[in-house]
Amino acid sequence: MLSKRLIACLDVRDGKLAKSVRFVNTKDIGDPVEKAREYYADGLDELVFYDITASSDKRAIMLDVVEAVAKEVFIPLSVGGGVRSVADATDLRLAGAEKINVNSAAVARPALIAECAEAIGNQNVVLSMDIRQVPESADCPSGYEIVINGGRTPMGIDGLAWALEGERLGAGELVVNAIDADGTRDGYELKLTAMIAEAVRIPVIASGGAGKPEHLKEALTTGKADAALVASMVHYGDYRVSELKRWLHQEGVKMRMSW
Amino acid sequence: MADPIVIIDYDAGNLRSVQRACAEVGAQAVISNDPTQVKAASRIIFPGVGAAGSAMVSLRRNGLADALRGAVGDGKPVLGICLGLQISLRHSEENDTETLGLIPGETRRFRLDRPELKIPHMGWNEVRPVQPHPLLDGIEAGDEFYFVHAYYPAPEDQACVYARTTYEDDFAAAVGRGNYFGVQFHPEKSGRVGLALLDRFTRWDGQC
Repeated sequence: MLSKRLIACLDVRDGKLAKSVRFVNTKDIGDPVEKAREYYADGLDELVFYDITASSDKRAIMLDVVEAVAKEVFIPLSVGGGVRSVADATDLRLAGAEKINVNSAAVARPALIAECAEAIGNQNVVLSMDIRQVPESADCPSGYEIVINGGRTPMGIDGLAWALEGERLGAGELVVNAIDADGTRDGYELKLTAMIAEAVRIPVIASGGAGKPEHLKEALTTGKADAALVASMVHYGDYRVSELKRWLHQEGVKMRMSW
Repeated sequence: MADPIVIIDYDAGNLRSVQRACAEVGAQAVISNDPTQVKAASRIIFPGVGAAGSAMVSLRRNGLADALRGAVGDGKPVLGICLGLQISLRHSEENDTETLGLIPGETRRFRLDRPELKIPHMGWNEVRPVQPHPLLDGIEAGDEFYFVHAYYPAPEDQACVYARTTYEDDFAAAVGRGNYFGVQFHPEKSGRVGLALLDRFTRWDGQC
């Protein structure tokens, strides 16, 4: 039986680790390569790097980070943030990323998903969606709306419709990032996550809001997610990766328990 | 290792992760699409992600299909990974493709009844050896490997099946015959247990 996955997301800016709270006031918390090594040794199932480097001339630093991590960490490595073209995706893949996350650029130009799927395979294209709750409307009948630019720009696109469109265009996996919950540690947006997980036939990763082990269990059971993404709850040493996996396992969630 | 391992390059995905994993276990591996180099190799890794149809076109065009068949015939240890295992069978449902035929049987697409099971089968799952093999030596109950695939190998002869994994039903996760061995999972992305399998391959004499 397939295990549920615990995924840690590391936000990287100018080659250094950062964790955003509601995407503002990011503060530097260390070396991404060292953190990756630590989580790998502690049983992490998958790693995501999100490049939040502002200036484009510093983007090449990310390739060095990916390359350094890929030499030592032998679990799937997913990289996103600023991927605008097949060339960006291919550069990251050559540096050692397994999967490529597309987000804002795919909202602006959906064909990017199909182009990346064609070039690197559907299973390696992850559509990352930042979604906020809104009143139900003609544009957003699900009551959830796609936002971009780190949550600053609402797009008037329905969250559920975009998930289905992403799957149709060839995304192999979806990250459902609830912008309202991101960084709050109050728990994942379970209703949103379950709504999308039930509508698509590709894996769904719950993201945004994890603060306690119970939140992970909720996402992987009632939220119907295939994987739970964590950030601050492990980055600051509040919980260890192995501790979370052990707890979930004891609670009856199927996890990989030998590493 | 005196002779490098050759990782066959046939435009079927990113092969550097396999090369890096070989380096991690102390084995030098070169990525090559040159049939001469494949023929001269001491051992071969035949990886791949992507579609069976385009993979076969590329293998035939480059003369790699014959070089690979020759290497298997010569008794060299060959490790197929993912698509590299699938196209070692005779036929694939993917693009309705005639494949290499090193092992009798075919590659089939998952047909799942339970709606909560996703395609591809993506993530970590238990690999249960069903008969001993030098490359599976040391795998313990509960050891999981990383899978990403929508198709699975279905060999005709159950004697070729060395390990099984359960998704909705059981499927063959490791298939072998003589000096050829193939795994449906990705040892290069499967942490310690995956690296251990690659390490055993770098020392395998091709006997089982």
